[in-house]
Amino acid sequence: MTRGQPRGANSAASQRPLADTRAPDEGDGVDTSPVVSDRIAKTTCYMCACRCGIEVHVKDGKVRYINGNKDHPVNRGVICGKGSSGIMQHYSPARLKKPLLRSGARGSGEFREIEWEEAFSIAAERLSNIRRTDPKKLAFFTGRDQSQSLTGWWASQFGTPNFAAHGGFCSVNMAAGGLYSIGGSFWEFGEPDWDNTKYFMLFGVAEDHDSNPIKIGLGKLKARGAKVVSINPCRTGYNAIADDWIGIRPGTDGLFVFALIHELLKAGRVDLDYLIRYTNAHVLVVQEPGAADDGLFLRGGDNALLAWDRVAKASVNAADPDAKPALTGSFTINGRRCAPVFQLIADRYLDGSYAPDAVAQRCGIAADTIRRIAAELAHVAFEQTIKLPVAWTDWAGRRHETIKGRPVAMHAMRGISAHSNGFHSCRAIHLLQVLLGTVDVPGGFRFKPPYPKSAPPGPKPAGKSVKPMTPLDGMPLGFVCGPDDLLVDEAGTPLRIDKAYSWESPLAAHGLMHTVIRNAWAGDPYPIDTLMMYMSNMAWNSSMNTVETIAMLTDHDEAGNYRIPFIIYSDAYYSETVPFADLVLPDTTYLERHDCISLLDRPISHADGPGDAIRHPVVEPDRDVRPFQSVLIELGARLGLPGFVEEDGSAKYRDYADYIVNHERTPGIGPLAGWRGGDGTAIGKGAANPNQLQRYIDNGGFWHHDFADDQRYYKMANRSYLDFAVQLGFIPKAEPIVFQLYSEPMQRFRLAARGHGKVRPPEAERGRIETYMDPLPIWYMPFEEAAVDPQKYPLHALTQRPMHMYHSWGSQNAWLRQITSQNRLFVHHRTAVGLGLADDDWVWVESINGRVKGQIKLVDGVNESTVWTWNAIGKRRGSWGLKDDAAESNRGFLLNHIIGDQTSADASGKRYSNSDPVTGQAAWFDLRVRIVKCAPQEAGFTEPQFERFQQPPHFRPSPDMLRFGVEFRHERESAE
Amino acid sequence: MTCLPSHTDKRLGLVIDLDTCVGCQACVTACKEWNTGGHMGPLTDIDPYGGHVDGVWFNRVHSYEHVTEMGGRTVNFPRSCLHCETPACVTVCPTGASYKRASDGIVLIDEDKCIGCKLCSWACPYGAREFDTDVGVMKKCTLCVDRIYNDNLAEGDRVPACVAACPTSARHFGDLGDPQSPISHLVAERGGVDLMPELGYRPTNKYLPPRAHTQRAASVPAKALEPVRAEGGFLGWVDRMLSS
Amino acid sequence: MHPAFSVVFFTTATGAGYGLLALLGVLGPLGFIAPDFWPGFVGMGLALGLIAAGLLSSTGHLGRPERAWRAFSQWRSSWLSREGVASVATFIPAGLFGLGWVILGRLDGWVAAAGLLAAICAVITVCMTGMIYASLKPVAQWHSPYTLPGYLVFSAMSGCVLMNALLQGFALASKTLLAASVLLTLLGWGWKLATWRHNDRLEIPTNANTATGLAGGTVRSLEWPHTEENYLLKEMGFRIARKHAAKLRLITQALAFGVPILLLVAALALPWPIAALVSALAAIVQFAGMLVERWLFFAEAKHTVMLYYGR
Repeated sequence: MTRGQPRGANSAASQRPLADTRAPDEGDGVDTSPVVSDRIAKTTCYMCACRCGIEVHVKDGKVRYINGNKDHPVNRGVICGKGSSGIMQHYSPARLKKPLLRSGARGSGEFREIEWEEAFSIAAERLSNIRRTDPKKLAFFTGRDQSQSLTGWWASQFGTPNFAAHGGFCSVNMAAGGLYSIGGSFWEFGEPDWDNTKYFMLFGVAEDHDSNPIKIGLGKLKARGAKVVSINPCRTGYNAIADDWIGIRPGTDGLFVFALIHELLKAGRVDLDYLIRYTNAHVLVVQEPGAADDGLFLRGGDNALLAWDRVAKASVNAADPDAKPALTGSFTINGRRCAPVFQLIADRYLDGSYAPDAVAQRCGIAADTIRRIAAELAHVAFEQTIKLPVAWTDWAGRRHETIKGRPVAMHAMRGISAHSNGFHSCRAIHLLQVLLGTVDVPGGFRFKPPYPKSAPPGPKPAGKSVKPMTPLDGMPLGFVCGPDDLLVDEAGTPLRIDKAYSWESPLAAHGLMHTVIRNAWAGDPYPIDTLMMYMSNMAWNSSMNTVETIAMLTDHDEAGNYRIPFIIYSDAYYSETVPFADLVLPDTTYLERHDCISLLDRPISHADGPGDAIRHPVVEPDRDVRPFQSVLIELGARLGLPGFVEEDGSAKYRDYADYIVNHERTPGIGPLAGWRGGDGTAIGKGAANPNQLQRYIDNGGFWHHDFADDQRYYKMANRSYLDFAVQLGFIPKAEPIVFQLYSEPMQRFRLAARGHGKVRPPEAERGRIETYMDPLPIWYMPFEEAAVDPQKYPLHALTQRPMHMYHSWGSQNAWLRQITSQNRLFVHHRTAVGLGLADDDWVWVESINGRVKGQIKLVDGVNESTVWTWNAIGKRRGSWGLKDDAAESNRGFLLNHIIGDQTSADASGKRYSNSDPVTGQAAWFDLRVRIVKCAPQEAGFTEPQFERFQQPPHFRPSPDMLRFGVEFRHERESAE
Repeated sequence: MTCLPSHTDKRLGLVIDLDTCVGCQACVTACKEWNTGGHMGPLTDIDPYGGHVDGVWFNRVHSYEHVTEMGGRTVNFPRSCLHCETPACVTVCPTGASYKRASDGIVLIDEDKCIGCKLCSWACPYGAREFDTDVGVMKKCTLCVDRIYNDNLAEGDRVPACVAACPTSARHFGDLGDPQSPISHLVAERGGVDLMPELGYRPTNKYLPPRAHTQRAASVPAKALEPVRAEGGFLGWVDRMLSS
Repeated sequence: MHPAFSVVFFTTATGAGYGLLALLGVLGPLGFIAPDFWPGFVGMGLALGLIAAGLLSSTGHLGRPERAWRAFSQWRSSWLSREGVASVATFIPAGLFGLGWVILGRLDGWVAAAGLLAAICAVITVCMTGMIYASLKPVAQWHSPYTLPGYLVFSAMSGCVLMNALLQGFALASKTLLAASVLLTLLGWGWKLATWRHNDRLEIPTNANTATGLAGGTVRSLEWPHTEENYLLKEMGFRIARKHAAKLRLITQALAFGVPILLLVAALALPWPIAALVSALAAIVQFAGMLVERWLFFAEAKHTVMLYYGR
């Protein structure tokens, strides 16, 4: 029999159907060909941030089965543990049923049901008042939002700068660290070259947003026998299958990387040619201490950056492709002493303080291991170079007959980002990659379009001027290039409620969701009126210091009013945050809605081409709920926000689906890039196409464009790619993207701290700015570790979500919760012996911020000074449709309770947000604890405990038994 | 008939790669989802939202720490029916409900004949059988017998749900009775092993053991790095390299 | 293994019942007992009652008891099916034997033949019961040469002690039977001690390494596939603390063997009806002791599946 080309990821010869799939004549009466579904809808998963393509099999209007779409560029047919459990999420008993208005005390869970009309009028009246008086009094924060290009734009049109999603809590260090260095980032915006890499280093990742692509990639590495090295205190998930597991001490990755760089530099194992071609290694930096231009790049008359030409013995435009720039030395040009960036790098990292022996103890890694890894990196990068037989042309018109690659790839995420030194550690990893010449080369780390962009990309954050009835002059989130771009007033006071883009967190590219509740409660920098949240569990696992956060949500002022006057929240489920809302807007499930996974936001591109996708309703809601995005669009129309209404004041968009098709952010560019133009033949730019959604549906719910072979690598300098990127609107001009090993924007902040420039930090902030805005990567001890007594709190405590719940609303899911409904605290055997603890003991986990009780499990695969647990298993009683005896609220615990949301007071008594001082990334991995065996009568149940939430009206108790699927069987049997 | 067939035309089964399994539970819920609406469905969940939740699953993933003199390793371990060649779970069945198919070797249960005596679950050393207390019968992995021959599925989808789902490509499917089949080659290449071979049930499914760490580490034959020998040290070397 | 009461009672009761039936079937025809109505009625009633109660109890273990009849079909491969067939088959000669004895008042001719046949059937049935457990390789404590003889010895022992109590009750005391009771109880005691000794020293080749295919070193369970107990853990994951087990072994020895022997020896010396009361007491105490023994038989048995759970 004939068979087409196998599709999908699992298509090895040993994974295909039988050669003959006709059922054998067994005679046992088994129906081997039951009808699975009446129809198959191809849409996009929403069980986490991975956004895989799924095929939803619907039988008699009920979801029978969900599997991965083999044609989809993200998951190529595979599906994760969450994706296959989508049915249980969709039919969850915790789904909200109707809009709710608070009728009891905030936090009690007492609500009355209202109609949508009433909900809209309450919200519109409130928001309309705010917009008329002071738009910044609306703070709009979303969580695992996949529609940020809409929600951010809505905030902008409303006129409030107080918008962000959960990136500041999640991983802005990775985004900013990458975008300010190489114009792209790890996270889901880049990927290792799974097909070519021979040596893969994984920093602080046990599971990630790019969940299935990483797993597919690891499968490929394993099949090819490429080496996987993991640097992680915990040996779980991906680290379990690493060939080399390096159980590093938390927060010391930057130091480890510097030691690798030290070794590589010392041995001359860096790619000098790559550095000159693609980075600012040769750009001259002014070295005039005390001067206003000290540390800035030396510029020529036309403002061009200068380098020193070794041959011409003269300064030269650093971008001149024919120059022979020096990488070392010290020069005096136009009366300014200066040195190339690379000289500064060598000076810093060749210092003995970064030698393996000097860092080994702090990292918890033997110096020999560091030296071995450095040698292996050098060996693979320089002795196992690969060449793809594809000719390409660089930006300067130079033709290359092959695509050269150094097959070392790196990926990093949570373990780097969630520390207060994460931004610099992330930059250190990028520096390492770039020194080896492995960024966007065959076998290296690769950008996914629309990246790379200039480092940092534009535009800058809007919000300097906030006026009634006036939209912002841009989007609330962006990238600052210096103090002038900060959102602070003349006294240096933050203009945003979360203090993003202030002296406390200058490069806060994703905002600081984790500071909003405290700041709104404290009226610091100003009080707000309404806090609007979407899909973000900020009264529970999306906050640090949960206990105090809950208290702030319910706190009253002297007059007896809530200090945060009004809270609007949209969620599909009865989560721990719903009871704190005054107005609840019930959302749909992901199978009941339209969505777009947009190039304007977080697309589904992979390194070989851009892509985007949609969700479309597979089944109709059986409740009085509406998709939040459509609600937001209607609210925008009711408020008369520009862009949401026609000139006559009527609504511009019927709903989100209408918006997805017809909205244009700039002329010709809308939420979806595929099938644009009247006839649907344009990609990227083109007029709105009324049939666009149908074209997506017909194509399996996604659009994907595959690059030509010569566009796939060296995208930062590849003419063919850059031209394409301009054509699609990814970048404004087809200019090369230069990797910023030395970050001039950061130096501008330092100069301000030294008293230069118009916008200068308040006196009290100068020290911090000077220290942390170093233009080259640095390492410093994480703040909490530096602040607490190591004798009293000798252990690091980490929390990570299990793969089957990563980035998901998992604990209410009848299937997923069976796998994990109680989280243990994992403790190294030897550590436990020292503490007199035995397996299964119940312990208090104590930090400077409080204590929480849980049960331990002894393991070997963890750094000995580290304890860790699965996150977001612990649930509050009365939430998520769980019964009172559920393990989640009796034995499961939430480490967030004891993670401070503020740093310890400094000498002046000031407490900062517990965040990275550069980006504002929440530093929840900085936590230090001690563990103490609890008294016998305290064992067996977790503490702290919280009052049980009351249930919303018409919430029936969750069922005692689930027989999901029995209906399909009955139907089959009755048909027989 | 619980007497075993003297010979099966095929020996269909799975091969699970412990070197590659990251323990993501994808195969676990894909199996649950397919089968709860499939041949043996529903896979009932008792107390699904309470403190004593207990559901029927055909595939479960354990994790272990395997410590040898070479060091420690975390191993994720999917466990499901191995479709043994001489399964005691079949021969102990008093009613003929449990049987091994002569055509493809799949071990199945005819639910209508099952009296729920549970003896088969006692006889299975691997814990492959789970009792559905709601309907009082035993249930187990069907090797997706309602997928692999299903005319109503696209041809490429006619593999067990767990194999289709596995994101790391750690699961394989095929005829282990045919020494020339790709899956048999895989087993031979990677030294696939039987679980509890000493009990003599001759499992069809095989497990590919994790590759030894040192063996893989040695695949990068890197020599120790030496400081550059050049006048002016590293910086002198840089200048020389650029000039050359 | 989970000591479900239905199964504990089933094996204990049928063991005693078949033992008694076999003795009645042999000793009746041998003229050991006169074919009187009451001893026949009570004896056969007791034996068949215990058997029937046990079999009924065993259906309590079934998920679908209404389909129990299907269990007679697979006698060619299944010890459980064979046991089912044998147990039902035994009722035929046993019934004829009982009718002959109780209704017709005779123990000769075809009644004797029926009695002997019933005895043979009873022994076969007990063997089948024993083989259900002895054949299970995943449970090393059962898959042992001690299991099948154990079932036979305990059946004979409890049957004999019952028989003695029965005859004593009708003042038909026999020193031989008393002595046999004592000896069989001693034999049972010895067999149980030997079994325990064997099990405690058992070196099981199946371990976490062979269960997972991970060679060498130690394999330790890190995380279960599920947080709460599932069917496997409830059915096969029963654990008994060593201290608790030791105590129950002492209780078993006292109730099933020690006290009955003392009582039986005392009965030797005591006059009727005290001897009868003491004999009855010995049977009752022994039955209780055997329930404990059987409970332990399950509770101390470890199934290989628990290797996956690190239990």
